[in-house]
Amino acid sequence: MAEPAAAATTRAIGTPALRKEDRRFITGRGQYTDDLNQPGQLHAVFLRSPHARARIDSIDTREALGVEGVVAVLTGHDMAEDGLGDLPCGWLVKQKDGSDMVSAPHPPLARDVVNYVGEPYGLVLAETRHAAHRAAELVATEFSERAAVVDPAAAMSSEDIHTGVIGNVAYDWVLGDQAATDAALASAAHVTRLDLINNRLIPNAIEPRAALGVVDPATGEHILYTTSQNPHLERLVLSAFVKIAPEHKLRVIAPDVGGGFGSKIFVYAEETAVLWAARRVGRPVKWTAERSESFLADAHGRDHVTHAELGLDAEGRFVALKVHTIANLGAYLSTFGSSVPTYLYGTLLAGQYRTPNIFVEVHGVYTNTAPVDAYRGAGRPEATYVVERLVETAARELGRDPAELRRINMIRPEDFPYQTPVALVYDTGNYQASLDKALELIDYANFPTRRAEAARRGKRRGIGFSCYIEACGLAPSKLAIQLGAGVGLYESGEIRVNPTGSVTVYTGSHSHGQGHETTFAQVVADRFGIGIDDVEVVHGDTGRIEFGLGTYGSRSLAVGGSALVKAADKLIEKGKRIAAHMLESDVEAVDFADGRFRVRDSNQSLSFAEVAFAAYVPSNYPDGLEPGFSEKAFYDPQNFTYPAGTHIAEVEIDEETGVVTLVDFVAVDDFGNVVNPMIVHGQVHGGLAQGVGQALLEHGVYDAFGQLQTGSYMDYCLPRADDLPDFRVDTTVTPCTHNPLGVKGCGEAGAIGSPAAVMNAVTDALGVRDLPMPATPEKVWRALRG
Amino acid sequence: MKVSLSVNGTSHTLEVPANTLLVEVLREHLRLTGTHVGCDTSQCGACTVHLNGRAVKSCTVLAAQAEGAEVTTIEGIGSAERLHPMQEAFREHHALQCGFCTPGMIMAAIDLVQRQPNLDRRAVREGLEGNLCRCTGYHNIVSAVMAAAPRMTGGGGHG
Repeated sequence: MAEPAAAATTRAIGTPALRKEDRRFITGRGQYTDDLNQPGQLHAVFLRSPHARARIDSIDTREALGVEGVVAVLTGHDMAEDGLGDLPCGWLVKQKDGSDMVSAPHPPLARDVVNYVGEPYGLVLAETRHAAHRAAELVATEFSERAAVVDPAAAMSSEDIHTGVIGNVAYDWVLGDQAATDAALASAAHVTRLDLINNRLIPNAIEPRAALGVVDPATGEHILYTTSQNPHLERLVLSAFVKIAPEHKLRVIAPDVGGGFGSKIFVYAEETAVLWAARRVGRPVKWTAERSESFLADAHGRDHVTHAELGLDAEGRFVALKVHTIANLGAYLSTFGSSVPTYLYGTLLAGQYRTPNIFVEVHGVYTNTAPVDAYRGAGRPEATYVVERLVETAARELGRDPAELRRINMIRPEDFPYQTPVALVYDTGNYQASLDKALELIDYANFPTRRAEAARRGKRRGIGFSCYIEACGLAPSKLAIQLGAGVGLYESGEIRVNPTGSVTVYTGSHSHGQGHETTFAQVVADRFGIGIDDVEVVHGDTGRIEFGLGTYGSRSLAVGGSALVKAADKLIEKGKRIAAHMLESDVEAVDFADGRFRVRDSNQSLSFAEVAFAAYVPSNYPDGLEPGFSEKAFYDPQNFTYPAGTHIAEVEIDEETGVVTLVDFVAVDDFGNVVNPMIVHGQVHGGLAQGVGQALLEHGVYDAFGQLQTGSYMDYCLPRADDLPDFRVDTTVTPCTHNPLGVKGCGEAGAIGSPAAVMNAVTDALGVRDLPMPATPEKVWRALRG
Repeated sequence: MKVSLSVNGTSHTLEVPANTLLVEVLREHLRLTGTHVGCDTSQCGACTVHLNGRAVKSCTVLAAQAEGAEVTTIEGIGSAERLHPMQEAFREHHALQCGFCTPGMIMAAIDLVQRQPNLDRRAVREGLEGNLCRCTGYHNIVSAVMAAAPRMTGGGGHG
């Protein structure tokens, strides 16, 4: 048997290993859902509401059915006849008065009423996509339009959209001590008040959503290929709630997925309808969204209207924070839409600070707009924006240095574990360390020189800070379920060591750009002392992986990676028993390190591969021990992880045109231990681009009638290469205290910290209290002219 | 209508409806699925291929316009064993995450390097502004193109 060589002396964790998955993507051999085809498949085109709010009076399909190649036109009534259930919201939020939130029914295909532009109410099936399109245009639907509720701030005083949802309020949720917060504010030496809008964003993964449904009438097996971040959750919902098929007859496969950013977590109408339609007509059915459908019908993000007050004492110490937010939830509660502006927002309002009194109230409201749900950061960017815009504004009002005001209020390293007034317990961190490093990188001391130099060129230069906290790896299951979560928050992992010592890893996490095929291989290779090329990572298929909860909330490594460590450690324990028997030693005397099982204080050892082989060819083998060398584990974290850091932006504003140029951006993040620094930096870059996009470019806009004004890349401004600078990113490290890898998660930090940093810089340059995002040239030009 | 074109060095003659787009020929008729479709307004660039050596968005080219042309797709510039210098640089510099925009980005980047000598980072950003990426923030894409450019100089064909 070959002896392990170089791998034994190289730690895989901490190295910038090149990605194992790249070769298929750079050669065009990735397999995304739209790349897959089935013999005899039909193409689906959805019928979508042109109105924000209307009654469907009639649907005439006669002309459409006459188009050559059209097989069927199906509507919401057909779906109801087949007994399919509604799309559920997976998190039941409790209101201030203890009652349950009010969840309006959400049929996958609308039947009698439509509640946002783009809401699907039927679909056309045809032999070609062109024929399906032609026919969809010939479906004659009569609508009676009704007045739409669009502005979230006015929703509570508008006509009710859903019967029984009074004032369009899904919930009135509170967290914290209102009386203590009011009292502390009343006696504060200074109170800073801000009205803030967190602009609606449209996620825009570059791969549009797609689905391909296949049903075998002989076996009853349903297979759904779809663009999902969490195929097991998709299967659970489609089976338990929508009742398409029982779980053992339903296989969900998310093959290569081209980005998600949250928008592919949710169970949508379209994949539901595609799978149902495939069964109904007895042929495979395929649908791929056009980009305009992505804009209309992917779940959107953010969209908060907030009033916030920060009280400070005479020394500048924060004494109280009070926040009221109206969160736009859209026309229906999407899969996790209810949890984002509550448990992922209110709980984060302590930020990095020792603010002793915090109270937050959130009105989640329905409007006639696309459902709003988690988008990269999900609640945490909104919380960071409130806290960090307030703190910066307070510093300006008090004439204090914004970095120093933050520093004197920060939770100190000796304060951990730190119980915040808004439920969370931060396990560890060193916020001053990341602030110091960021100040040094940006060369804060010389900012006045840079500002003066810019002024000579006719540019206004501004600097802005953001010291953010986030909570990743949502956990633990028991607590979350008590708080209304409809699913557990653990992750599964299975490691199958093959007889020759190579390893196949099965994870319930899902990679759609994050690079798990590499980082998870690094984790397992490191544990076993083998090379990462000897480890293959499998994900995204309910038929191959036992269970999983997928990828969202920067959880994959902290939760999914930890499950793999747990499984690996079980294997190592078993391996020790096998090795002890083969080497005629006591189990207690066998150590495993650098890929070898060694008898302590002897020169006897066996390689990992030799032990694996013995487990499958058990001749010289312990009595009573099962053959085989594979183990699985479920890992349920004890707590969230708490990545944190400091982001600093510098902008220059052209006084003539109002154009804002982001000229420098420094991000210093504490993600705990880093498995692959190359991938971590890439995640930060991508998050920053989305955060900078929110601050300067992106805005999902509906007009007063509920028509989406930003329905294409012509009018929704996604950041392009020439809109962004090179980013300067660095890390500090305080390892997470409660998972075996000491990791915290890095996927969302960029999008969480950066909008506040950029807007603090823009308002600094302009000398204004606030400017609503995005800081477009028009808004900035107007602000320059008072 | 009948269309004859060469794709990655292989000649094809196809019978297609007159309104067929080049990207539909590539993806649906020839099953070359490395070329992707990311939008419906010719904005994202995921469908970028080379038409007679120049980058075009194949969602905006009719198959009929490619009559007699030489088309090169991501599948035609290198193999998994022998990568094109741009493909290699994308891998080395972690210039891709989900991989969906990557083929179009690589095809656009190759064309940019061929057209424009002495690129600096700013020029790369401006040269690639027709291609959207939502994952990388472009930082590492720019690094990859800067690394590939000197390696491509003197290279021939589509390289």
